Amino acid sequence: MTYLSIENVGISFTRNGRTNEVLRDVSVKIARGEFVSLIGHSGCGKSTVLNIVAGLLKASTGVVLLEDKEVNSPGPDRAVVFQNHSLLPWLTVRENVSLAVDKVMKGRKTKAERNEWIDHNLALVNMTHAAERRPNEISGGMKQRVGIARALAMEPKVLLLDEPFGALDALTRAHLQDSLMEIHGRLGNAVIMITHDVDEAVLLSDRIVMMTNGPSATVGEILKVDLERPRRRLELVEDPTYTHARAEVLEFLYARHAKPAVAA
Amino acid sequence: MATTSTIGVTAPGIAAKAAEKAPRAPFITAASLRGMAANLIPPVVVMIAFLVIWELLCSRPGAGLPPPSRVVTEAWDIIVNPFYDNGGTDKGLFWHISASIQRVALGFALATVVGILVGTLIGQSDWAMRGLDPIFQVLRTIPPLAWLPLSLAAFRDGQPSAIFVIFITSIWPIIINTAVGIRNIPQDYRNVSAVLQLNPIEFFSKIMLPSAAPYIFTGLRIGVGLSWLAIVAAEMLIGGVGIGFFIWDAWNSSHISEIIVALVYVGVIGFILDRFVAFIGNLVTRGAAA
Repeated sequence: MTYLSIENVGISFTRNGRTNEVLRDVSVKIARGEFVSLIGHSGCGKSTVLNIVAGLLKASTGVVLLEDKEVNSPGPDRAVVFQNHSLLPWLTVRENVSLAVDKVMKGRKTKAERNEWIDHNLALVNMTHAAERRPNEISGGMKQRVGIARALAMEPKVLLLDEPFGALDALTRAHLQDSLMEIHGRLGNAVIMITHDVDEAVLLSDRIVMMTNGPSATVGEILKVDLERPRRRLELVEDPTYTHARAEVLEFLYARHAKPAVAA
Repeated sequence: MATTSTIGVTAPGIAAKAAEKAPRAPFITAASLRGMAANLIPPVVVMIAFLVIWELLCSRPGAGLPPPSRVVTEAWDIIVNPFYDNGGTDKGLFWHISASIQRVALGFALATVVGILVGTLIGQSDWAMRGLDPIFQVLRTIPPLAWLPLSLAAFRDGQPSAIFVIFITSIWPIIINTAVGIRNIPQDYRNVSAVLQLNPIEFFSKIMLPSAAPYIFTGLRIGVGLSWLAIVAAEMLIGGVGIGFFIWDAWNSSHISEIIVALVYVGVIGFILDRFVAFIGNLVTRGAAA
């Protein structure tokens, strides 16, 4: 029961007559409601995979299928939470979400229903109190919350998260990871998240897709994380399945596919 | 009372002492008065010094320009009575200024609309950029008045010609700044609009304009300044009611004092126009524009 299928996707960029293959033969199948992380060293093309799924980049080879339909342009069924939040600074928190809701839900919901839906999504990420503030008046963690609310408000089939917590401090990050787990548990969207944080990947994911180093990066290994949900970070610290999964990913990243020293 | 003690005091040391000794309640008043005084006193002092030097230099027999005291007495009529209207071009300064402002408003409004649209086109399309930029770079260096004979030939009337001169003068900075603003729209915003599938009109109004607004308003501010520079010169040539014509007419009648009063008006109005556009820019961009 594949929901989203990334099939033999490859992409090359040509610059100054030199062709540079970034991805080759990337294949991942994702089930409905599944949470999948992409992990790998920086520069390995994780974001490129995400952008191809989002439709922001076109694959040179291969195809992405969502419910058996080919994906070839961006759309709200694959909402993206960008690494740097990408909120529009001239709009308030609420207006940022309503830009998405009013565009995507127009015709399906009345104005009153849309307003209710905006409020609902702001409440989901605990941002109701700052609805009338502008992005430069709220903290980095709050901006990411709004970014998540904006993406969720589009009722996406697949939620794409591009290192959503990368720029946040450890405490805020942990807090947002918990919120994200809770929201995912409630809504059951399929999620693809890019990360380079091993703990984050193990804590949140059903499966972890580990990518080899570029050029011509591809899927090195896929690890299933067999942990009960809901997960609690404190209980997991001692859990053998958790520590084992963590060790597997670390082993992949730092022993078998260690980053070449030049690129560091 | 601290309030009264600081009003007349100019030396900061004494004012500070007064503020220190002040009882708690009026303390804020004293400090804010001190701040106001620090901003107000230098320009007032410089202004008085300037007027005194001018008075001294121009009071000698044989001086070419009247001293400020004579300017005020000679031009008293037009200073105290800006609203008179004796028909024809014999009107108060208010009517001349308002005629000039109307021309600028019309020409500048046209330039704003056309400039933002053309700037958007250039900012969006590499082809349009390469095609139009060289032409614009040459055209924008043409002095405003050089367009006047051509526009007189085309429109056969002073009024549209003056408006055209304003238009052509102020449009270049608007086009260029808009294009730069559009080019600098972060890729993130484009991605957001792609995911939301905004259509081109929505993208223009919801992403492009607000994102480029600080740049656009920089262009508008430069543009309105240039317009005001150009209108005075253009009106000297086309005649009719207008502050430029008023100055030229005063010169022909050797009313030097009236020219000086008119120049003060021109300067103040230019300043107000500039601040007005900056104010609108601040409102629209919520403080992001310069």
